[in-house]
Amino acid sequence: MSGILVVAELTAQGGLHKLSLETLAAAQAMDAPVSAVVFGQNAGEAAARLARYRLEKVFALDHELLAQYTADGATAALDWLIERVQPELVLFPHTYQARDYAPKLATRRGRVLVSDVIAIQKQAQAIVLRRQLFQGKLAGDYRPAPGMVFASLQAGAWRADALIPGETPIETLTPELAAAEIRQQPEAPFRESSREVDLSAAPLIVAVGRGIKEESNLELARELAGVLGAELAASRPVCDNGWLPMERQVGSSGQTVAPKLYLALGISGAIQHLVGMKGSQCIVAINKDPDAPIFEVADYGIVGDLFEVVPALIAEAAKAKS
Amino acid sequence: MKILVALKQVPARDSLFKVDAAGRWIDTADLSYEINEPDAYALESGLRLKEQHGGEVVALCAGPEGAASAIREALAKGADRAIHIQDDNLLAYDSLSLGRMLAAAARAEAPDLILTGLQSDDIGSGQTGVILAEVLGLPHATIIMDIEVHDGALRVKRELEDGWFQHVALPRPAVLTVQSGSSKLRYATLMGIKKAKTKEIKVVSAPELGVAPEAGAVLERLSLPERTKRTVLLEGTPEQQAAALVEKLKHEVRAL
Repeated sequence: MSGILVVAELTAQGGLHKLSLETLAAAQAMDAPVSAVVFGQNAGEAAARLARYRLEKVFALDHELLAQYTADGATAALDWLIERVQPELVLFPHTYQARDYAPKLATRRGRVLVSDVIAIQKQAQAIVLRRQLFQGKLAGDYRPAPGMVFASLQAGAWRADALIPGETPIETLTPELAAAEIRQQPEAPFRESSREVDLSAAPLIVAVGRGIKEESNLELARELAGVLGAELAASRPVCDNGWLPMERQVGSSGQTVAPKLYLALGISGAIQHLVGMKGSQCIVAINKDPDAPIFEVADYGIVGDLFEVVPALIAEAAKAKS
Repeated sequence: MKILVALKQVPARDSLFKVDAAGRWIDTADLSYEINEPDAYALESGLRLKEQHGGEVVALCAGPEGAASAIREALAKGADRAIHIQDDNLLAYDSLSLGRMLAAAARAEAPDLILTGLQSDDIGSGQTGVILAEVLGLPHATIIMDIEVHDGALRVKRELEDGWFQHVALPRPAVLTVQSGSSKLRYATLMGIKKAKTKEIKVVSAPELGVAPEAGAVLERLSLPERTKRTVLLEGTPEQQAAALVEKLKHEVRAL
């Protein structure tokens, strides 16, 4: 067993998921030879993109049964490669897709996957993997047992611009797959709404979360957004409740935004939300819980009751604007 | 159709957490508990499928004695019976041996469908359903918003990233991990709470299921996260806080 294998992800459009490159950067930062693998049908273009970085090898797993992603297909193909390559560390980007197959792959190999990792520390011969627990309120350090280690890495925890360029040979392989072992039959991906609101173009956003408590309280946020000239957005639970349309949802399952100002009201800051807004130029958080993870990314914070702070804020902002 | 719903009891979402003296886990004094939210949605999906297609909903929960309150809640909401894998030291089990434990209990039931939440609000590894499927040799699909049952097969709506969705067909039996918000949660009725008292809760232990703890990855240390960014906290009364923020927004952020 030696070296690191990074499993890159092909998007439905045939491109490379951007988290793949962050995962590659995390691997390059460790003191070990790194290879990457991409699986799919005609994965050549994505493999060529990976080959522009300094790696030992890029594996392109090509098979007609991998034309569309399935958990069974991905698991069988990667298990086949891992058996041949015997890496000591297998890294995945912590995407929705990896969440679908990586635990299965690790289980097939009798190993534990440490998921959603935010830092990797080398300690003597071993590594320690840090991940968040309790909705990001606490951090846990995990020491994997000796043997092959599986870990998926959180979005935004490593920087893709740290990648070292190079020229890497590509090896195209056809894994042994049988049609009968692939039990999921996927249909074409689709989008539900036409997305009439393009939050990504909004310079100012006021976003609400669970802390708003009731639908009628949204009026308060709407009024603040009105005074500031901001678009109104929300975290997932608010949209799930039907209080705002899904197209106003920010986060991994909604839109990704990077406005000049992101004002988060009663949003605790679960990672699924943070990945959608942490690129904002200025983040302001108003939350009653001083330990809420949103304060990890906030430039300005107000620990307090939003139902007291926001009315005062509306009054102050109106005064400043007039 | 026999539907097994694996659910977990977790500390309430808005709990303030403290690390215990050993730095290995949270201080559990004064915590209140609830059904893990995504698991509550899995239960809701199971109950709705039973209402449409008939059959039975069995709740499966691994946890200490206190987890019985989560089980009773599931029964009050409409689960027909429950299996409680009672163990006070589940932290000794890694995600894989925990999956094997749930699988052993599930296997004995031979359900047509296994549902669970896509992740837990406490440890949040988001793997239990997928591990369970692999250990049982069943197909699975994750992050499910909607479940259609056809003859011997399922058609589910999966959530992808960035507002995309996808339908996937798969044979039964299967394991599905359910997304929060996929439906509206019901409350337990007074009648339901009363009826729950007469419903069967089978208590088993991990050794009885033939599963031993394993430590494929050991949680060595739990800590408060390091702040990566220095947040300027605005203090004072709400009015003072608001005035200070507007000042910053106007002159430093230039957003006003």
